Amino acid sequence: MRLLIANGYVIDPAQGINTGKSVFIEDGRVVGLLSHSDDVPEGCEVIDAVGLIVAPGFIDMHTHLREPGHEYKETIASGAASAVAGGFATVCAMPNTDPVNDSAAVTRFIIEQAENARLANVFPIGALTKNSAGTELAEMGEMKDAGIVAVSDDGRSVPSPGMMRRAMEYARGFDLPVIDHCEDKSLARGGVMHEGHWSLVLGLRGMPAAAEEVDALRDCALAELTGARLHLAHVSTRGAIEAVRRAKEKGLRVTCEVAPHHWTLTDAAVADYDTNTKMSPPLRSWDHIEAILAGLRDGTIDAIASDHAPHHADEKALEYDQAPSGITGLETAVGLAFDLVNQGVIDIERLVEVLATNPARILGLENRGTLGADAYADVTILDPSFQWTVDASRSKSKSRNTPFDGRVMTGAAVATIVAGRVVFLHPGFERLATSGKVLAKGGSR
Amino acid sequence: MSANFNLKHLLGIRELSVAQITYLLDTAETFRDVSKREIKKVPALRGRTVINLFFEPSTRTRTSFEIAAKRLSADAVNISVSTSSVSKGETLLDTARNLEAMAPDCIVIRHSSAGAPQHLARASNAAIVNAGDGSHEHPTQALLDALTIREHKGRIAGLKVAIIGDVLHSRVARSNIYLLSKLGASVSVAGPGTLVPPEFAELIESGVRVERRIEDALVDADVVMILRVQRERQTDAFVPSMREYAVHYGLQLRHLNLAAPDAIAMHPGPMNRGIEISSEIADGGRSLILEQVTNGVAVRMAVLYLLAGAGKSENGTKRNGKNATRGSSPTNRGPHAGSPRGVVDREGSAAKRTRNSKPETRN
Repeated sequence: MRLLIANGYVIDPAQGINTGKSVFIEDGRVVGLLSHSDDVPEGCEVIDAVGLIVAPGFIDMHTHLREPGHEYKETIASGAASAVAGGFATVCAMPNTDPVNDSAAVTRFIIEQAENARLANVFPIGALTKNSAGTELAEMGEMKDAGIVAVSDDGRSVPSPGMMRRAMEYARGFDLPVIDHCEDKSLARGGVMHEGHWSLVLGLRGMPAAAEEVDALRDCALAELTGARLHLAHVSTRGAIEAVRRAKEKGLRVTCEVAPHHWTLTDAAVADYDTNTKMSPPLRSWDHIEAILAGLRDGTIDAIASDHAPHHADEKALEYDQAPSGITGLETAVGLAFDLVNQGVIDIERLVEVLATNPARILGLENRGTLGADAYADVTILDPSFQWTVDASRSKSKSRNTPFDGRVMTGAAVATIVAGRVVFLHPGFERLATSGKVLAKGGSR
Repeated sequence: MSANFNLKHLLGIRELSVAQITYLLDTAETFRDVSKREIKKVPALRGRTVINLFFEPSTRTRTSFEIAAKRLSADAVNISVSTSSVSKGETLLDTARNLEAMAPDCIVIRHSSAGAPQHLARASNAAIVNAGDGSHEHPTQALLDALTIREHKGRIAGLKVAIIGDVLHSRVARSNIYLLSKLGASVSVAGPGTLVPPEFAELIESGVRVERRIEDALVDADVVMILRVQRERQTDAFVPSMREYAVHYGLQLRHLNLAAPDAIAMHPGPMNRGIEISSEIADGGRSLILEQVTNGVAVRMAVLYLLAGAGKSENGTKRNGKNATRGSSPTNRGPHAGSPRGVVDREGSAAKRTRNSKPETRN
């Protein structure tokens, strides 16, 4: 099967390409880029992407798909549907399911469910320690053979530095990046929001920025000690970003991601006790947002990840301190990333870099995050000027817990193509559908 | 009815205007006399139903609200729930909806979770009165304190008020800081470093003086408010021992010599004698502790009357503090200062299924 995404503007930082090109795809792989003026290869279906940006399929490094165990919040199928609806061709599933993904059996189950759904590519992330309990190493080698791309005890940072060191050393043997959710529990003290002015006003227990920062500094020191690949998940504080900046200056193999809500909202958004503003790490103050924007600008921050964390409405309808942390994010991440472009924080090439190129590089996903010859034909088509409104009730996720319902966005992923198959079209972009009709050579367009 | 009093719920002091506070205090003053009569009852709330919904143990506040309701001829119902919603199996919203179905005019709520009254107010047609939510606010306590101060000092503007003790966990301290500073008093706070974060200095725009030594806060104070050591909120985990607390932060008679000659001493109760307050002060001539309790009934009568009764504002719009808590703080600025819409999904959160398991709190 042949497909030509014609007449678009291709941005592929991995190849240094930022120009008008058509993407020629055959049997789920990219054959190469053609000039707009080239003839349509024989037997090609054509998607006319004129006026649109054609990028390598976006990769979300940080997704909670909830299956197995919490299927009432999300399933792998519903999460994958939400992913492609948000422009993500690939998601990485965090291991905090029930059971925890700390064995090859769970890893294989996740991959199988994703294959059945046939929407997004799903790469599982395995647990760092058994049951993510922080005391015994998980079987990383077995899980890697089964298909994991990284290890993490996300949501439960390994409390003991000694254990973290051993886990990093062991992961290094399999060349698996270690992803850490930096949060020192004794400092976080069960806090439910950022500690600062608003936690005092609202009488809610705060967790200080230092809870994230001490773990980030610890992890960077251990990356230096062990030489392991370290990736800090959803950094949200000035100090954590500074720690990554210094580690990079030293030449350590340290990377980090940021989640869109952390630059979009401040802790002032908690003022109404809306539990859709409760997440971990928490919404921070403006000072930290400035550091995030600077990190996005100067390259300290490598990736944007959704931290999609679906929860059932019943759970979020509890008192603020009782409700679970987390918001959905797959369908709003790209729109919020476009805010950065629209505000001049980053350019669109950098947007593609943090959403596709770098995630593939950090996770070692070969032939992804690029539209180079022989790459998997995962494509995200963008319309930077498309205006749309978030409507949580129409989300493909099983959950609705977003603080962005009703928000007007400018810029969207309007089509998602996975392995050469159009798996999502934004309403209003039906013209990008493949017709099923094969055009003759030299066919008009 | 005063055009200035336009309030559907009493959730906190922070979002009240000076006019609203003054109106509440003036109304309370008129109700004070009722409790001095031989027949302590007026028909103001006849036929109205007030529910006292207490999720935390309380004797004083609950009794005070109950007596206030009864002296106004309302039908008062007390519900004490010793456990939080999670272990009880029914959510706060479901409890609220069930009560709502019995058409109360007012629900007085005390809850250990900050924001629980706001949560209830979004789901309820009844007037919601916050009788203390976590470490957030205790508005009727601040009103009764203000009424007591006004009675003795004739004013609040220009007074120096020292608040001593566990400010971090205190809803009484927060509500008093808001109220007294709105009415023109200057407030200083002092206590152990673990319980008095320096960020309190910027709690309000006009500022709060944060002192490390209680002696520094007490100098020339007209009003000394002593906060309870809240062992139920783990105050004691923040200090080495109650003995050391008593020595360094407990108010002794000698401390009062630093204050203004006619300084008054207050405590929201219940007291830990010999820890945060010495008996010489508690039982001494400067203590207004029992008058606070007396004024508590008057203040709660005023609140119930204005929110649930004939005094109920016809055009009272449903508020949840949104306007008052936004835009006034120096930290709420820039294009990123968030204002998500209040999302309360009444349909979506209906009891489709009851989950008894403790919710996982990690992402």
